[in-house]
Amino acid sequence: MKARKQVLGLAGIAGFLLLSELSSRSGLVDSRFMPPASDIVGALMGNLVHHKFWIAAGQTMQAWAIGLAISLVLGVLLGFVIGSSTVLRRLTNSTVEFLRPIPSVALIPLAVLLFGVKIESSLMLIIYASFWQIFIQVLYGVADVDNIAMQTARSYGLNSLARIRHLVFPTTLPYLMTGLRLATAVALILAVTAGLVIGSPGLGREIALAQSGGAVPEMYALAVATGLIGVGINIAMRKVERRVLSWHSSVRSEAIA
Amino acid sequence: MNILKRFLYASALPVVLVAIWWATSSTSTNFFVPKPAPLVSTFVETWVGERIFSDVLPSIGRLLAGVAMAILLGVLCGLLIGSVRWLRELTEPILEFFRAIPPPVLVPVLILLLGVNDSMKVTVIVSGCIWPVLLNTIEGVRAIDSVLADSARTYGITGPARVRHLVLPSALPQIMAGIRQCLSLGLILMVISEMFASSSGLGFTIVQFQRSFAVPEMWSGIVLLGLIGVVMSFIFQWAERRVLRWYHGLREVENAA
Repeated sequence: MKARKQVLGLAGIAGFLLLSELSSRSGLVDSRFMPPASDIVGALMGNLVHHKFWIAAGQTMQAWAIGLAISLVLGVLLGFVIGSSTVLRRLTNSTVEFLRPIPSVALIPLAVLLFGVKIESSLMLIIYASFWQIFIQVLYGVADVDNIAMQTARSYGLNSLARIRHLVFPTTLPYLMTGLRLATAVALILAVTAGLVIGSPGLGREIALAQSGGAVPEMYALAVATGLIGVGINIAMRKVERRVLSWHSSVRSEAIA
Repeated sequence: MNILKRFLYASALPVVLVAIWWATSSTSTNFFVPKPAPLVSTFVETWVGERIFSDVLPSIGRLLAGVAMAILLGVLCGLLIGSVRWLRELTEPILEFFRAIPPPVLVPVLILLLGVNDSMKVTVIVSGCIWPVLLNTIEGVRAIDSVLADSARTYGITGPARVRHLVLPSALPQIMAGIRQCLSLGLILMVISEMFASSSGLGFTIVQFQRSFAVPEMWSGIVLLGLIGVVMSFIFQWAERRVLRWYHGLREVENAA
């Protein structure tokens, strides 16, 4: 069953590569602008032995990790504080609903003025975008605490710290993991975007340079590399999620099915 | 009384925040800090008038066209891929990869393929926004209630009627979740496609202000982007409530039981 799935999946990848190779070689698409897959893979392999590529990838991942960590801390702290008080939640609701849909890229010009092409401008965009993902999910999660469980905890004399540790936190954790998964993807998008549009160091800037320099296979190879990083992040997040939530019914039922 | 209370809760924090902003910025001589009253007048001066027709409306038009195409394509392909198992297994790894590519990376790629024009910008939006819709549709189609599917088969409901009365409604909550992500991503991509290479549009104009250090105008552009985001999110919430009224009702009944 699983083998069939893997074989079909591999066949899909092979078919796709073959199709793009053929359409480029046969002149169906202009091979100057859409080089054959083998050229792109070649450029990608060439990148892997280059120092420059790893430095750029490292810079992108560094901005990604720092931005994500800061928004995780901020989102969890604020989410718990605001989420556990009805008054605070009502007071902040309108402001949150107003600020959240503001697209993070609207801050690009501001980031350029404030920080120029340094890593801080990437961080500003990444934090703004991923903070909301985590914060909103934590807010939902804290609000989802079962009333009866809460009253039980109270009557057993759990103080507020113990209640957070044994009741609110476990309830919130699945929501937090969802928020974190969304945030990791958004943070990568913004980390690359910052390089692309602002020119802060990283893979995004390399792509923009490759494009303006006419190094077409190189540009495609870098784009593919960002995709591979994205896939890697997704897989890692799924692993983390399964591990952290192994006690939760959504993961347990998955294991049975 | 109740309405008054709700109004107070909703407006208290924004009023306080604006008051703090007013008080702190009135004495500030910092070039980058906008002041409330001049910001409003700059906003009106900058955006009301000719710019609406030359920059704002074309941008919004491209955004809507791109998002509409992405939703249509995503739902159609999603219905097809979701209902055919071998197709799903064949395409899954490829789709995972394309989804993981940060969409802004597509901007330089599509500039090469299509040049700098409207169709490039719309294609950027479509090719970035289609993934959440497509993948959510596939998931939604997969997760059709098996009892419902069997009942439909027993009653001989097949073909278009099956899609119309069984598949689409079951997948709709998931599809709407995808559309929600698609909208915010679309706005981001609209701005980026115009910032990167363009001579008109909202993104271009804002970057132009920033480059010429027209700071109040730049702030007014950021505010405009924010407003567009907020309006889009409100329209979406309204539409979602209408489309999914039966679903939310069902959930309420289930939760109450």
